[in-house]
Amino acid sequence: MPRWVGVVLCALAALAVSRDSSGATEQILVLATTTSTENSGLLAEIHPDFERRFGIRVKVVAKGTGASLQLARDGNADVVLVHAPEEEERFVEEGYGVMRRAVMHNDFVIIGPEEDGAGVGSAKTPGEAFARIARAGHVFVSRGDGSGTHLKEQELWRRSGAALERREVTTIVKGGEKTFESVRPTGDWYFEIGQGMGKAITAATERRGCTLADRGTYYALALARPPRTDLTILYEGDERLRNPYSVIAVNPRGQPHVNFEGARKYIEWITSPEAQRMIGEYRVGGKLLFHPGAMPAGSE
Amino acid sequence: METFADALRNALHLVVTLDPGVREYAGRSLLIASAATVVASVLGIPVGVLIAEHRFRGRRAVVVILNTLLGIPTVVVGLVVYSFLSRSGPLGGSGLLFTVPGIVVGEVLLILPIVTAFTLSAVARTDRDVRKTTLALGASGHQALWTVAVESRFGVLAAVIAAYGRVVSEVGVAMIVGGNADHFTRTMTTAIVVNVDMGRTALALALGMVLLAVSLSINVVFQLLQGETEE
Repeated sequence: MPRWVGVVLCALAALAVSRDSSGATEQILVLATTTSTENSGLLAEIHPDFERRFGIRVKVVAKGTGASLQLARDGNADVVLVHAPEEEERFVEEGYGVMRRAVMHNDFVIIGPEEDGAGVGSAKTPGEAFARIARAGHVFVSRGDGSGTHLKEQELWRRSGAALERREVTTIVKGGEKTFESVRPTGDWYFEIGQGMGKAITAATERRGCTLADRGTYYALALARPPRTDLTILYEGDERLRNPYSVIAVNPRGQPHVNFEGARKYIEWITSPEAQRMIGEYRVGGKLLFHPGAMPAGSE
Repeated sequence: METFADALRNALHLVVTLDPGVREYAGRSLLIASAATVVASVLGIPVGVLIAEHRFRGRRAVVVILNTLLGIPTVVVGLVVYSFLSRSGPLGGSGLLFTVPGIVVGEVLLILPIVTAFTLSAVARTDRDVRKTTLALGASGHQALWTVAVESRFGVLAAVIAAYGRVVSEVGVAMIVGGNADHFTRTMTTAIVVNVDMGRTALALALGMVLLAVSLSINVVFQLLQGETEE
């Protein structure tokens, strides 16, 4: 056997050992979450408390709600923190998730250049605001990534009455084929970037366009020093723009390798009065980003 | 908003003060690049030498495939490795997805063709009589191969350096296989992506400067090594 084969085996063994030792000395919990919770800086602020209390390090993979739930379905995450109620219900019904609990909420805002060329500010409903953007052919940047924000945006386009292009997206999940319909308005003013919330806001800033943003990420950019965007809130405050976040553990049945014990501790922790207080105290530029909203266990 | 001049000044400050964030991401990138380059060299150099020195059926096909893989997009390697390492994939049991060793596996696959193909051409360029002469002087087959490898060492070293540079600078594999998890798998390049997304241009620029400095120092060392023995 050539000598290099031995060297390769040693190198691979060293790799395996380095992995094992890191796994043995510390427990890791993989949290799949939306870009908004990470981009706003909230998780980096509150996770050290969890890590100190339980000796479990949280590995945050920020992907958007659609991708996070898919990661969990594939068994690549232990717990998810997401914001798309219908998707979450389906995830639990399919048997992939357990222990779904409300954590917090904020709201979506329609942001754009201050001059408001489409007259979004005087709309009476979010649907009407979108209709005005479509009518004016005003530049609009869409997440376009199947995230919770993108789903909310599509809901608003459906309400707007604007001309829509419908696309069927078929995915194969363990139970068989599933078809989802996604919509986008027709027009060359509509840009789907397929990226996270921070990127969508910076892209809208560069293109002088409007976008739908969660208030947390918008504040994180607009109130940073120096500010990362000069777009202003053009429309806010409607009940239909409410944005609730939930935490769900990945069901260990069928995914025996998941860190369910860690996920259970995480869910108990993030809905505990202490963590809820930290969420309620997290501010950027003096503004509250997320309203704590956990219900006592078993009350939902 | 932050002007380019502000961002540049802040970036320089971050580099000069060895900001902990910059240090962490740079350290992780260099660790991944070193590990991947060592493994790929150990595998790729002998294979490159063997292909260069032997005539066998299908050799030309092997060379064509190797050369094709030289330009493989990093996101394709990332996607393939992701699919294999995902829990729903064939190697899901390894638990390597979203870990540094997982990224190393992807980077090795990315640069193996580079190391192999560059070694192959370096050895093929070396005097074809070297091996025959060594054998005639009584060396064993393995010793003769070793001599050929030593004779073409600059080409081989160039292969290794190209591979290292490819790993340090690529973003596709690190992002898809690593997941860009802060304090776990975030590297210089994925940190640049996320900081640009968040409008934090200074930190992104600082990391870009470190990246350039790394490439520069590698090439300076290479030039020095080459200069020393050419005299």
